[in-house]
Amino acid sequence: MNEGQTPILWCPGCGNFAVLNVMREVLTELQAEGVPLEQVVLAAGIGQHAKIVDYLKVNSFYALHGRAVAAAEGIKLANPRLKVIVFVGDGDSYGEGLEHLIFAAKRNIDLTVVVHNNRVYALTTGQYTPTSPLGYKGRSTPEGTHEHPLNPLELLLAAGATYLARGYNAKTEQLKLLLKEAILHPGFALIDLLQVCVTFYNQYDHYNQRGYELTGHNHADYNEALSKIKEWDYNSDARIALGKFYQVERPTFDSFFRGDNKVDREPVIKKLFERMV
Amino acid sequence: MESLSVFIGGRAGDGIDQASLLIGKLLNQFGYYIYIYRDYPSLIRGGHTFSIVRAAQARIGAHRQTVDVLLALNQDCLDKHKDKRHSRTIVVYDSDVVKSDGLGIPLTSMVKEAGGPEIMRNTAMLGALAKVLGLPWEKFEAIARANLKKETELNIALARKGYSAADIFYKIEAQNKPPLPILTGNEALALGLSAAGLDAYVAYPMTPSSTILHFLAEHADELKLKVIHPESEIAVIMMALGFAYAGRRAAVGTSGGGFCLMTEGLSFAGMAELPVVIVLGQRPGPSTGLPTYSSQTELLFALWSGQGEFSRLIVAPGDAEEAYYWSGVALRLAWKYQLPAIILTDKNVAEGTYNFDPKEIKQLPEESLDLWSGSGEYLRYQETASGVSPLAFPGEPGRVVKINSYEHEENGTTTEDRPLTKKMQEKRLRKGIALIKEIEGLEAVKVYGRKEAKTAVVCWGSGKHLCVEATEKLDVRVVMPLVLSPLPLVQLRRALEGTHQIIIVEDNATAQLAQLLKLGGIKVDAVILTYDGRPETVEQLEEKIARGVR
Repeated sequence: MNEGQTPILWCPGCGNFAVLNVMREVLTELQAEGVPLEQVVLAAGIGQHAKIVDYLKVNSFYALHGRAVAAAEGIKLANPRLKVIVFVGDGDSYGEGLEHLIFAAKRNIDLTVVVHNNRVYALTTGQYTPTSPLGYKGRSTPEGTHEHPLNPLELLLAAGATYLARGYNAKTEQLKLLLKEAILHPGFALIDLLQVCVTFYNQYDHYNQRGYELTGHNHADYNEALSKIKEWDYNSDARIALGKFYQVERPTFDSFFRGDNKVDREPVIKKLFERMV
Repeated sequence: MESLSVFIGGRAGDGIDQASLLIGKLLNQFGYYIYIYRDYPSLIRGGHTFSIVRAAQARIGAHRQTVDVLLALNQDCLDKHKDKRHSRTIVVYDSDVVKSDGLGIPLTSMVKEAGGPEIMRNTAMLGALAKVLGLPWEKFEAIARANLKKETELNIALARKGYSAADIFYKIEAQNKPPLPILTGNEALALGLSAAGLDAYVAYPMTPSSTILHFLAEHADELKLKVIHPESEIAVIMMALGFAYAGRRAAVGTSGGGFCLMTEGLSFAGMAELPVVIVLGQRPGPSTGLPTYSSQTELLFALWSGQGEFSRLIVAPGDAEEAYYWSGVALRLAWKYQLPAIILTDKNVAEGTYNFDPKEIKQLPEESLDLWSGSGEYLRYQETASGVSPLAFPGEPGRVVKINSYEHEENGTTTEDRPLTKKMQEKRLRKGIALIKEIEGLEAVKVYGRKEAKTAVVCWGSGKHLCVEATEKLDVRVVMPLVLSPLPLVQLRRALEGTHQIIIVEDNATAQLAQLLKLGGIKVDAVILTYDGRPETVEQLEEKIARGVR
């Protein structure tokens, strides 16, 4: 699973290093607990987040900007035995590919989506994203944005996600637990991962001050989850809950497409032709 | 009879489509070749819709200027189709709502008296048609019973009333040929893909390809297919590529507008070397255009779409039988060479109905996947002489399968290395060279008509039957390429050898096939173009070609 000769191309201090390290530990632990590594597929969009698949020697599908989730759905439907973990960015998946995220949640397809939410476009050098705060001054909005950020967890709860959590790259122990839980969750799981971009939007101080560990609410209760999710709107100075908001079980989309269904087609097609006479 | 044409028309919602299929099935039972053309507007109820059912002793795929029987369920059938009548055309009409000469039958009151819904006017009309064609009642009843599964008794009773009210005008005689399966181009295409080993069909509805989705969804259980209708064409192609990565054969279907959304996925398939089959059903554009009519406007779009340079296969079948065979070829070769394949249809082929003998379909090229041997480190993009890298799929121990939309190393990780960039681009393009050799080994160009003639008419897709029939009396050969990328130039030059004149016939305004042939060094002398969405009749085209022949 360790990287080969591929040089790591993130900025020094990038939140992605922590995610990579935690991910290595998670995969090692899962392997020990009976999830064979060869049955894991990592998918990624395009952005700084996505480089993680180059750095892990695991099956991977390095997709297009915004489209990793749709591709991952195809992989899962093709072979439901595979554990498909999708790394996406906030510009990548809350922006360009939002439709796929909403529909994957609606279907409750068994995927784990990890959104590296740095609230800025890093790879394209510092423009605002759907979760940047109102007034964010980026290279495409030098006067500051005129639009409020999206609360992606609120949207995905409404869309039908059955596991929702928020992680923070500085809280690696919690992140590891959340990742394992999300991967083992049978259904659509999403972690909104506050992953700090040190170059374009360094929020370490803010997250360290406002972040708190979420405990004590009923995860299976939609309204309790919703009220915790709405506590911080990605804009205000409110406390930022870190942890699991919601988890319930519902039939998964892929469970209706199990098996490889191999059949000798020739007699079936012959019969269809006969019926068409 | 040599051939017979029956027109049936009414409003959308009158059941014209189903009625015309039943007429086709009826004539099919007498051993005729059948072709049904459907003309309908883009709405659900109202408007004017009609079908022409043609039966002939030879294979057909076009309609003629006039019809022998005109069945009118509304006034438009007479007012809008005066040019379809010859001196002996029998008009049968619902005398409650239509004013005409010919055989009037009060279908509306007939249905009302029997307590049936208005749509059953068409069953009574079919009964009348059976009589007009001189069919024995018992023969008609048997076929009607087999096909009218809902309200069978009421339908049969109404057909009987229609039958009794009509007179005999023709005498249909059984041909020395058994009845054949009767199906649309799309249904044949769907079966051809299934026979070649399709595992999944993913599509977002769009005319004229939606009926592939409907047909495969209906038969998914029997065929053991995964049929999925996602949120958009972008999701469609990405899901299909996910299937391919996991080792399952997927196809998608759309029209020009949906294909626009798929082009980033198409280019990705080229880079990541993921096989996928895309059915591109053409209709008039630009933009929404005429959703329910036909065109051949996407040839150059299909050929050049997607950023970057990569090889692709494009096949263009000309009827249902070719749709069956060539969709199978497309799937097999997409996988053999790990690249995207496009099946370019047009509305006339996609939704036209034909009958053919499945026993006459050619054998598909053998499935020959280059699978990874399992020894050493697996390299998804291993450099080889042919450019084709051995395939392996995720899920098994001992391999790591990495695919990438970025330029990549042999193991699939990202690179920006200068020599490697050049090497990988050349590796991918080498597959295209191997593909040309493969295509030249298939019958990728067909020649019809007078094979020694000095004039060649070159057509593609649904132009095939139209051109073949329109040139029957002319000193012309008809040349039809079935593969448009890579262009089978060796076969094309052979097919055109000894010609002094080349006339291109196609359904677009800019002569796209002519442009493509010119790039291949083939000089085109004249073009005959139509771009009003409707197919020409045999006579109209015959006149244009005759005028053009030197």
